[in-house]
Amino acid sequence: MPQFTDLLFFAFAGMALLFGFLTVANPVSRNPVTSAMFLVLTIISLAGLYLLLHAFFLAAVQVLVYAGAVMVLFLFVIMLLDIKEEERRRLKTFTVGVGSVAVAALLGILTVSALSAKPGSPAGQTRLAIGDTAELGKVLFNHWLLPFEILSVLLLVAMVGVILLSKKDLK
Amino acid sequence: MSTKVVDRSPLTFYERTYLPAILGGLKVTAKHFADTVFKGKSVTMQYPEERWVVPEGYRGAPYLVKDQEGATKCVSCQLCEFVCPPKAIRITPPGAEGQPADRHNAEKMPKEFEINMLRCIFCGMCQEVCPEEAIFLQKDYSLTGESRSEMVFNKEKLLKLGGTHAGIQKWKHKLEEAETQETFPVQTR
Amino acid sequence: MESLQYLSPTTQFVLFSALKILVVFGVVMTGVAYAVLVERKVSAWIQDRVGPNRTSPFFVDYIPVIGPFLVRLGIFQPMADGLKFMLKEDFTPSYVRKIYFWLAPAITVVPALMTVAVIPFGSTLGSEKMVIADLNVGILYTFGIVSLGVYGIVLAGYASNSKYPFLGGIRSSAQMISYEIAMGLSVVPIFLLTESLNLGDIVKYQADHGWMILKQPVAFVIFLIAAFAETNRLPFDLPESETELVGGYHTEYSSMKFALFFLGEYANMIASSAMMVTLFCGGWTLPGTLLSTPSSSLLVGLLHIGVFLSKMAVFMIVFIWVRWMLPRFRYDQLMDIGWRRFIPVALANILLTAVVVAL
Repeated sequence: MPQFTDLLFFAFAGMALLFGFLTVANPVSRNPVTSAMFLVLTIISLAGLYLLLHAFFLAAVQVLVYAGAVMVLFLFVIMLLDIKEEERRRLKTFTVGVGSVAVAALLGILTVSALSAKPGSPAGQTRLAIGDTAELGKVLFNHWLLPFEILSVLLLVAMVGVILLSKKDLK
Repeated sequence: MSTKVVDRSPLTFYERTYLPAILGGLKVTAKHFADTVFKGKSVTMQYPEERWVVPEGYRGAPYLVKDQEGATKCVSCQLCEFVCPPKAIRITPPGAEGQPADRHNAEKMPKEFEINMLRCIFCGMCQEVCPEEAIFLQKDYSLTGESRSEMVFNKEKLLKLGGTHAGIQKWKHKLEEAETQETFPVQTR
Repeated sequence: MESLQYLSPTTQFVLFSALKILVVFGVVMTGVAYAVLVERKVSAWIQDRVGPNRTSPFFVDYIPVIGPFLVRLGIFQPMADGLKFMLKEDFTPSYVRKIYFWLAPAITVVPALMTVAVIPFGSTLGSEKMVIADLNVGILYTFGIVSLGVYGIVLAGYASNSKYPFLGGIRSSAQMISYEIAMGLSVVPIFLLTESLNLGDIVKYQADHGWMILKQPVAFVIFLIAAFAETNRLPFDLPESETELVGGYHTEYSSMKFALFFLGEYANMIASSAMMVTLFCGGWTLPGTLLSTPSSSLLVGLLHIGVFLSKMAVFMIVFIWVRWMLPRFRYDQLMDIGWRRFIPVALANILLTAVVVAL
């Protein structure tokens, strides 16, 4: 008798796969805005998966930052630059061949690792027991402080670069 | 002095926080709110119960008038029909064998006089042009009907709504003048 | 209710949650309908006129004493408004993008209604906690859902393929994402003080230590103004200003879809008021021992809910009052305030609070 959480896992995982597929290969409409909206739905399904792993903070932040801010800016760019629908290009045999080889290799690796993994005891669950915000904060600022600071500097560099590039006269 | 110099000195720090502006706004709105709710000072006129006073010379709906003796003043000259800008007036003249006028010395009277109130623009040109002072724009401003045909007023309705206008009964005076001078241009009695 | 104990805890939980959802949804919808009425009446009184005072259904003669008084208060006007929205012709212009045209009002309304799921509107009623979802990350959930509300407006502007709605939609969404940052940053000092993201814990902290509005006035002011910007209310309503952008992003909409936009705006207002009451004004508590502890009796539980609702009503009236008090901000002034004034002030506030807490 499958538990409710298992059903939820299959639901969210199936939705994530479906919406991810529809983002890139939508058979009905080639509108870039439609792809962006399906990406938002993918992100929300992923947040659902995080919830099932008891990472509540991460799920909420995923929706807040990714779906709420980053994708809105994506939509802005698409609308303001008036990106038209993609034209259909002729499929070349070489590209299709290389692509399918790469996808098959990836699928092979994934299947082998999934079948040979032992169920139970996912790594690190004893440390982040409940996914509590305070615990997450402590780990982030004690153990992973240097990557955190480097990431902040990276974002700062990006912002400064944008402001510099968007100024018209650089006297 | 025809120019007034407005004080545009730079804002002080306190003014730049916009707090004085916000507090001033609070005071004004609160005062108006208290006045309206507690003292009942509102500018609304509750329409069907309270009505406004129609000023003199107001151009309401045009109606036909009768003189002091109850006769129709209109002689079917059709000047108002020709001058009406939206062609709202339609007159059927009596013709050669028509009904004679209902007062002394008038040559004729309209057989049918219709004003389509939906086309009327209340400009007053019919009143200006009428030589008999027979049509006047009166103070009626709210006209409603439930169908288009209901809003086409015919002669009886116009006469009923028009009332009496005691004016110079010029045809009666002309008749009396003619009788004293013993020339009779028109057969009357 | 002994029969309820025969059901398993899961079923009980599901049943009670469904009941709470239905009741809260009903209350919010009624609140929205009457918020429209209150806005019309209060705006009228501020402007020296009387609001709607004539709607009287056929049964008003049977109400004994206060029938005509209720008619003059316009209590039955929302019924007429609702009927009007349902009976108007709901057309779809031919030049719009149909799917987004139909989706946009729904995407606007749903986040506004979902925000009220985490708000504790009372303490307990019997043995049931008066909050639909007692999440440990309550605040983050709220901000996440609020940021999803931007999509409705972006899509509404995009779907109506015409100039003014598109401009209105873009401006509105830019305004909303700018003020989300200020809103989020201004709320951080509260968590520094209460050490928990759970909204129930925040109410408990305020009952014990005094209301947050006295401890964090700067945060309250920033949150209040950011809430005005988030709900697109004056003085920040450039996106939907009737004089500048025709109708803004809801120009092309009629009847039921327009009603959904309207509903979304007022539901957003109600949700923001509820958030402000919970975070800064003590939630369902009043100073004093009777009304500051979770109750065990039904009557005190209902009293708590009443306290919460009246505080929320005060904030709604503040929303309506400010609308007629201040002129509208120009777009560049709006963005200037959001980015260059509020964010530094909020950051300074966080630093100050952190220093004070650490000492």
